[in-house]
Amino acid sequence: MSTFYFTTPVSDEDIRKVHIGDVIYLTGDITTGRDDVHLRVVMGGKESPVDLKGKAIFHAGPIMKKISAEGEPDKYKVISVGPTTSMRMEKAQAEFLKATGTKIIIGKGGMGPKTTQGCIDNCAIHTIFPGGCAVVAAEECVDVEGVEWLDLGMPEAMWKLKAEKFGPLIVSIDSYGNNLIENNKKTFQEKKEAALENLKGKLDFMH
Amino acid sequence: MSYDKVAEERLSELVSSFICHASGHLPDDVRKRLSEMAEAENEGFAPDIYDVMKKNMEMADKLGRPSCQDTGIPQFFARVGTKFPHLDEIEPALIDAVKKATVRAPLRHNAVEVFDEYNTGNNVGHKVPWIDWELVQDSDQLELYFYMAGGGCSLPGMAKVLMPLEGYDGIAKAVFDQMTTYGVNACPPCLVGIGIAGSAEVAAKLSKKALLRPVGSHNENPKAAQMEKDFEEGLNSIGLGPGGFGGKLSVMGVNIEQASRHPATLAMGLSTACWAHRRAGIRINPDFTYDFFTHKGVTL
Repeated sequence: MSTFYFTTPVSDEDIRKVHIGDVIYLTGDITTGRDDVHLRVVMGGKESPVDLKGKAIFHAGPIMKKISAEGEPDKYKVISVGPTTSMRMEKAQAEFLKATGTKIIIGKGGMGPKTTQGCIDNCAIHTIFPGGCAVVAAEECVDVEGVEWLDLGMPEAMWKLKAEKFGPLIVSIDSYGNNLIENNKKTFQEKKEAALENLKGKLDFMH
Repeated sequence: MSYDKVAEERLSELVSSFICHASGHLPDDVRKRLSEMAEAENEGFAPDIYDVMKKNMEMADKLGRPSCQDTGIPQFFARVGTKFPHLDEIEPALIDAVKKATVRAPLRHNAVEVFDEYNTGNNVGHKVPWIDWELVQDSDQLELYFYMAGGGCSLPGMAKVLMPLEGYDGIAKAVFDQMTTYGVNACPPCLVGIGIAGSAEVAAKLSKKALLRPVGSHNENPKAAQMEKDFEEGLNSIGLGPGGFGGKLSVMGVNIEQASRHPATLAMGLSTACWAHRRAGIRINPDFTYDFFTHKGVTL
């Protein structure tokens, strides 16, 4: 297990250095995008209004607060921003990587075989920020550069965040086709069978 | 008796503060269990993840912010004393409290209108906040639970009707299958709520109510209590760990609630609460004094 400190834009060379189980702290551009953004870009065929080449997409629907006064240009602050369930984007993620050139996906929980293949094809990775730790993440976002597609509502819009040593990001899918959470799930399935076997005879309330 | 606008305003102010506090502070029983679980983990990613979780709870408290960005779709579970003097004012007060807390906490905008597919922007929508009502005889109090169930921990939710010959083993299989697939993404360690009844919607509702019971509490029926312990032990033996990264433990606990079933059906429901289980309970007296019993010692 190694720890990396990357700054966006991240190169293919950087991405090739990391493997599942490594930890990354990321500085630079992180843009939020979840269900509706993936739907619009992949199923809707619309171009992302944010240049994501070499950058990170964050599966997150934040709580944002407008801090600019009336009449001033809009300025926002991140109140709370943690990762959302990445698996919801499985259907569209690989095509999203191809369409946008995104290099790092940040979310929580695992993703499936389509995304794993997409990470191989596009030299990209999926990483996990600890779920539910949204204030820690918010404090690692030092600025909000702006917002796009706010018509989708606060959680679904693309919030352009500036991050400083954002992490820990645990690499769950690398560019070589390894998938940490899928590996874990195989272990869990085996142990589940044993656990169910152990319950036999304990639940015979109808007999 | 005419509508009491002053009572509505006092109730709405109190409930708004209650929601704001709950968004940033986990209940006493959950905090206690999480620190016990952290103690048990000493390998792999688990200790580091527990450290970030702890830091997050401390920062949410210090900065006065919602501890998770997903503050859930607002749900109330009200146990209303039949002698509570402000019955007419409860529902308008709860709706108003959600609007106020959305700005004050601030909460994320989480009410999306079905069919018209737009976010209402204030957490109030069609039948939302969802309010579950129960009457309590000979009581003049309003007992109110607020639960902020996020999307992640709502995804494993399910209900199905088994045939009786599938037995309680069929319930075990459904729960264990769901927890080792969807449960991995639901911010474990989760609290697992199971409802058993005669039809799907009753079982589903009971599974959610099971999550309102404290972590570590047990069903009054000794067989059900034993099943809770056996399920907890079985799920822990799988070792999901915090965040699904693996560990010695999997769940904060298993709570089961039941209603009599039909002779020909065995319905089961499953609801899960993520580790950031923002459940809050308060007992409100007719004069608006209160007991914030899930968060002892807190003044709103």
